[in-house]
Amino acid sequence: MFFLEKTMEKLINNFIMFLPSLLKGTRFTIEITFFAIIISTLFGFFFSLCLISKKRYLNKPVRIFINIIRGTPLLVQMFYIYFVLPDLGIKLGALESGILALSICYGAYHAEIFRSGIIAISIGQWEAANSIGLKYYQTMSRVILPQAARIILPPMGTSFIILLKDSSLASVITVRELTRSGQLIASTTFENLTVFSMVALIYIILTQLLALFIHYMEKRYRVK
Amino acid sequence: MIEIKNVHKSFGHTPILKGVNLKIKKGEVAVIVGPSGSGKSTLLRCINRLEEIQKGQIWIDGENICDKSANVYKVRAEVGMVFQQFNLFPHMNAIQNVTLGPILTNKKKKREAEELAMEVLRRVGLSAKENSYPSQLSGGQQQRVAIARALAMEPKVMLFDEATSALDPELVGEVLNVMKQLALDGMTMIVVTHEMGFAREVAHQVAFIDNGIIVEEGSPKEIFEHPKTERAAAFFSKIL
Repeated sequence: MFFLEKTMEKLINNFIMFLPSLLKGTRFTIEITFFAIIISTLFGFFFSLCLISKKRYLNKPVRIFINIIRGTPLLVQMFYIYFVLPDLGIKLGALESGILALSICYGAYHAEIFRSGIIAISIGQWEAANSIGLKYYQTMSRVILPQAARIILPPMGTSFIILLKDSSLASVITVRELTRSGQLIASTTFENLTVFSMVALIYIILTQLLALFIHYMEKRYRVK
Repeated sequence: MIEIKNVHKSFGHTPILKGVNLKIKKGEVAVIVGPSGSGKSTLLRCINRLEEIQKGQIWIDGENICDKSANVYKVRAEVGMVFQQFNLFPHMNAIQNVTLGPILTNKKKKREAEELAMEVLRRVGLSAKENSYPSQLSGGQQQRVAIARALAMEPKVMLFDEATSALDPELVGEVLNVMKQLALDGMTMIVVTHEMGFAREVAHQVAFIDNGIIVEEGSPKEIFEHPKTERAAAFFSKIL
C-alpha cells in the first residue's frame, strides 16, 4: 500500500513538474499546425486550379512539382529547407522552416483532395453557371466549391490530423515543439513512461479538438 | 434577328457541324429536329458559346457573337439556355437559383432580383416553391425552375436543349405548357426537341438537321406533311 501511494505521489509530482514545459511545447505545435493548415490549404487550392486547367504551362509544372513533393519524405524536405536553402541564400528560422515544409508537403496532398472534389461536380454545373454569364471565379466560389466542400472535407480532415502529428518532425530541425520538449525532459530525468505518456495524451487532446472542428464544418456543408 | 451563317464545328478531327445556315426572326420559334448525333445540340451550344465554332458567324441583334471582340459573358447573359438535365444548383433553393445570375451578372440589387425572381417563378407556375431545394422538387418542377433561372436574365433568345427528354412522360406536359406560353408571349426561341406535337403547334419554322448540315427547313406543315428530301421523309416516317 505504502509503495503504491509513493508511486502515485511521484507520478503527480512529475506531472505537475513536467506540464509547464510540455505546454510551452504544445503552444509551438499548435502554432506550426495552425499556420501549416492555412498555408497548405491555400497552396493546395491554388495547385488544384493549375492541375485542372487545360493550359499545359499551368498543369505540367505543377504536376511535376507535386510528384517530386509526394515522392520525397517530409523529413528530407525539412532538412532541405532548413539546411540547404541557406546555402542558396535563403535563410529561414527553424520554426518558419518547419511551417514551410509542412505547408508545401501537405499543399501537394491537398491539391489532389481539392482536385478530386472539383472534378466530381458534374460539367453541367459549370455549363449552367456559364449560361447565366458567371465568370470563372464566380462559378468556382458560388457554384462549384460549395458543392465540392462536401466531398473535400472528410479526406481534408484526415489530412489535417496527420499534419498535426507530423509537426513533431520539426523537432529534428530544433523546433522545441511538443515532441522535442518531451525528449528534452526525458533525457534529463529518465522518466520516459510519464513524459511520453503525457506527450501522447496531449496529442490525443489536440487531434480530438481538430476532429470536432472538422465535424462541425462537415455538418455545415451537408446537402439539404 | 438571329442569323447563323456557314457555321463549322468539329471535335478534334470529327466534324459535327459542316456549314449550317439558319435565320430566325424576332418573336418566332424555330424547332430543330434530327437524328441523334446530327449536331443539333452542338449547334444550340454554339449559340451561347458553350462551344466555340471554327468557321462561320452567328449574328444576334446585329452583333456577331463569335467575333473575337464580342464579350462572351454578355453574350451568355443575353442568351438563355435550358438543359436536358436541368442543371439546377442543388445547394441553393429555387429563388437563390433564379437570383444568382441577375445579382452577379446583371448587377441587380438583391431585393430587385428577388422581385424579378418571384415574377418569373409565377410565370412558370411555381410561385409557392421559392424556398424549395431542387431535391424537393419533381423533375418537371426542376425544369420549370431552370426555365425561370434563364428567364430572369431577361434574355433576347431562349435555347431549349431537349428540355423534356429527361422527364417522366406525365411531367412532360407541364414543361411544354410553360414553353408554349413563352412562345405566345413573343419570346424568340430555338428548341431542340423530339416532341413533334409541340413543333406542329408552336413552331414558326422547323429545321431538319442531319450529319451536320440543315437538310431541309420550312413551316411545320410543309416539312412534316410534304418533306422534299428523302432523308427527312425517312426520319419523319419513323417518328411521327
